[in-house]
Amino acid sequence: MTAALAAPSPAGGAKTRINDFSIQVATVNGSGSQTANTVLLRSIFQMGVFVSGKNLFPSNIAGLPTWFTIRASAQGYVARKASNEMLILMNPETAKEDIARADANALVIYDEPLQLDKLRADLSYIPVPFQKLVTASCPEPKLHKLVKNMIYVGVAARLLGIDMEEVKKAIAKQLKGKTKAIELNQTACVAGYDWAMENLEDQDHVKVVRDNKTQGLIIIDGNEACALGALFAGVTVVGWYPITPASSLVETFIEYAEEYRKDPKTGKSTVAIVQMEDELASAGVVLSAGWAGARSMTSTAGPGISLMSEFIGLGYYVEAPGVFFNVARTGPSTGLPTRTQQSDVELCAKASHGDTLHINLYPGTMEECFQFSYDAFDLAERFQTPIFVVTDLDLGMQNWASKPFAYPSKPYDRGKVLNQQQLAEMKDWGRYKDVDGDGIPYRSLPGTPGGKGAYTTRGSGHNAYAQYSEKPGDYLEVVDRLKRKYETAKTHVPGPVFRNQGSDKGVLAFGSSDPAVIEAQDILAAQGLKTDYLRLRALPFTAEVDAYVKEKKVVYVVEQNRDGQMANLFRETYPEHATKFKSVLHYDGHAIDAKSIVDQITAFEQK
Amino acid sequence: MTTATPSAPVPAAPTNKLGFTKQDYVGSKSTLCAGCGHDAITAQIINAAFESSIEGHRVTKYSGIGCSSKTPAYFINQGWGFNSVHGRMPSIATGASLANRTLINIGVSGDGDSMSIGMGQFVHAVRRNIPMIYIIEDNGVYGLTKGQFSATADKGSHLKTGAVNDFPPIDPCTLAIELGCGFVARSFSGNPKQLNALLKAAFAYEGTVVLDVISPCVTFNNHDASTRSYKHVKDHDFPLHDLGFIQYSEVEQVDIPAGETEIVTFPDGSKVAIKAIHEGYEPTDRFGAMKAIHESMAKGEFLTGLLYINPTQPPLPEVLNLVEEPLATLGEDLLKPSPAELDKIMHSLM
Repeated sequence: MTAALAAPSPAGGAKTRINDFSIQVATVNGSGSQTANTVLLRSIFQMGVFVSGKNLFPSNIAGLPTWFTIRASAQGYVARKASNEMLILMNPETAKEDIARADANALVIYDEPLQLDKLRADLSYIPVPFQKLVTASCPEPKLHKLVKNMIYVGVAARLLGIDMEEVKKAIAKQLKGKTKAIELNQTACVAGYDWAMENLEDQDHVKVVRDNKTQGLIIIDGNEACALGALFAGVTVVGWYPITPASSLVETFIEYAEEYRKDPKTGKSTVAIVQMEDELASAGVVLSAGWAGARSMTSTAGPGISLMSEFIGLGYYVEAPGVFFNVARTGPSTGLPTRTQQSDVELCAKASHGDTLHINLYPGTMEECFQFSYDAFDLAERFQTPIFVVTDLDLGMQNWASKPFAYPSKPYDRGKVLNQQQLAEMKDWGRYKDVDGDGIPYRSLPGTPGGKGAYTTRGSGHNAYAQYSEKPGDYLEVVDRLKRKYETAKTHVPGPVFRNQGSDKGVLAFGSSDPAVIEAQDILAAQGLKTDYLRLRALPFTAEVDAYVKEKKVVYVVEQNRDGQMANLFRETYPEHATKFKSVLHYDGHAIDAKSIVDQITAFEQK
Repeated sequence: MTTATPSAPVPAAPTNKLGFTKQDYVGSKSTLCAGCGHDAITAQIINAAFESSIEGHRVTKYSGIGCSSKTPAYFINQGWGFNSVHGRMPSIATGASLANRTLINIGVSGDGDSMSIGMGQFVHAVRRNIPMIYIIEDNGVYGLTKGQFSATADKGSHLKTGAVNDFPPIDPCTLAIELGCGFVARSFSGNPKQLNALLKAAFAYEGTVVLDVISPCVTFNNHDASTRSYKHVKDHDFPLHDLGFIQYSEVEQVDIPAGETEIVTFPDGSKVAIKAIHEGYEPTDRFGAMKAIHESMAKGEFLTGLLYINPTQPPLPEVLNLVEEPLATLGEDLLKPSPAELDKIMHSLM
């Protein structure tokens, strides 16, 4: 018996969207839907089509609603798109709501018993008897719940025109070596595909057509890319504490360290990884390990940075190196732990009490997540200070297509460290003396033999010789040199990336906003508004940023927080240009989309 | 030029096996109150390090905030000091001890720094058995902020102002034993002989040593109503055993009569001989140690000496199976995977 079926065709004679659409899948978390969704995304990717995925998941282990959006884009746009052409509705809890906010003409695949087809007339419905199909295809009732989701992958593959061989390959890839699971899932997927073949008419709303856009690309998330950067940077001490969305950065690192960080001669580990009792202790481990000469890091999110801030101030003042990854989430307080935001900009720029200024890196792509993580360890040791690598949940935990990473062939920069001989030759050793005029002093490492170079590191007032001091002159000498050191960093941090259309109007963004800004810039240009886009990649602001700010009539600062935190840093740094900065904001927890940017800039322009 | 009468030659200061004099183990001048018990502890750290021929450049000295936390500046100038933030000394010692496992780590903390704000870090450092001598200079009072109660203050004890402590004390020693610490001792800053022996034993121990030293505050907690005054402690100090410390390179036995001596062997071959004054006291018996401490506390006594020892517990760098050489100085050749390995990783992601 054929299922009730609208012969789905785009209304109003709209053209079929080929390799240019979004699919949203609504499921319950803990049901194995993440595997199914990744397989669907990977299958489209293997068809040579540029694709990106956004997992909108709850702060919960099992039983709450979750949505996964897959966007295919022939033009290569990978930002979240707010409208979806296909919906797959598996969650009875949210199905009615999902229908209510569906875009007109969307194609809706749903679990047959939900009986959604009477709710709206402007949608095309495809009911699927998932339970019947799973019962027939999977012999183990215990696994029905998990395998059920694979059925919709099969149905969607058939409707979209995805080659079933690619789907099978994607399943094998996703379930790496788990033979039984691969077989079960492939069987379920084929059952869905075959059922759709027999029972559904084809549709021409959305189609995947084989292309060659993804040849040689990888799929990776930012946390893994950062973990790889740290691996190649030779991190030797990791102190960490679990927190969403930063945990997988260290967890992925641990997996790679198992394979790549054993001394081949002894089999012993060349990295110490300790899960600490809290973020405070993690920060202590990072800074003291850096102080003792190791390359050290931690990975956390906003709440962790709040807790670490006391230590970060110590690291700044005593000049101890360490790399702090902040995979930002939605604040304040616990906020929305599984949603994205760029709301720790000001926190990371100035973490801790007193006058503090930190070097921050803002990777915006997977390649930058890798490269900046690598560079962060050089910067930490060169500048003897905590370095922040700031990403967010969107970069850190979502799947991104990327070019494979280039080998970081630049040798490690271990900074100004004096060895036994250099210490012996030095006439006037002072830990905090500015010998080279760049604000960066020379340091010695504990354990250096020879009887010279020992000193006491202290978070209390100290002079250039690391002696306790409360004298105003001594205090100023140190803190003013720290400011000079920060100035020196301007020529060492990555400069901005430009995408110029020849305009005196600027758009400025950083990190995960990049894909949405690129798309928005193209849409605005098509509407007649050209802009010059500067993507900021670090603090402090470099000379190119200075020039850009001076030159532009207006600068739209796009960021994912409520208060325009980056715009605030700009207004503070460039007070004479303060009125140029207009905030374009997106902060509801979802990743930013192009439309939000276009709408806000258009509104400003019409004023 | 006239020939002056030659003055008697100054006798050369005695040197240890490394050729250092005791003067090579001192630090800056103490700025603590005159007569502070902490200075007596500092003096014994200097003596013990000298007598044990500790290599000064391998010593690191960690502290948090408080009077006790100032003292690392007063001993072993050849070592590196790190005066960090309040209650966070243990994590500072953890990171550095992992970065360089050849360091000899001494942490000096106080009862406020360790039993209140730093309780979490104390507990977890002990659990992890990080290689360090953790000295708590315990006076039951916040000295640096001018005399508030700490968490080790006895219930019912009085401040100079007359305020009474309503809460029971936390005992660092029973807590450390509970947490699995392999070397737990208590001493009194007024008992230099015992303190010296315990410190020398501590230098030979590989994991975490918790050494709670009752150290009366002469300024804020040395009045008659205090249970941490010199007078009170002198009357209630109850030494558990005499210690003779035998370094592995010395063959002769110290003069502890056979039958009353227990020899505990450390992983490096060093031995600590313990004379138990309680009949049948077994320092390797965790439960017995707990019982003895609790019984003495019930009597209002400070049981001092080596309370518990387990010499076979692996310290953190061993648990983590780290390479023998310091992580801090490993070369890029060992740390950075090759281009072929990156290629392999990239292919697995395609």
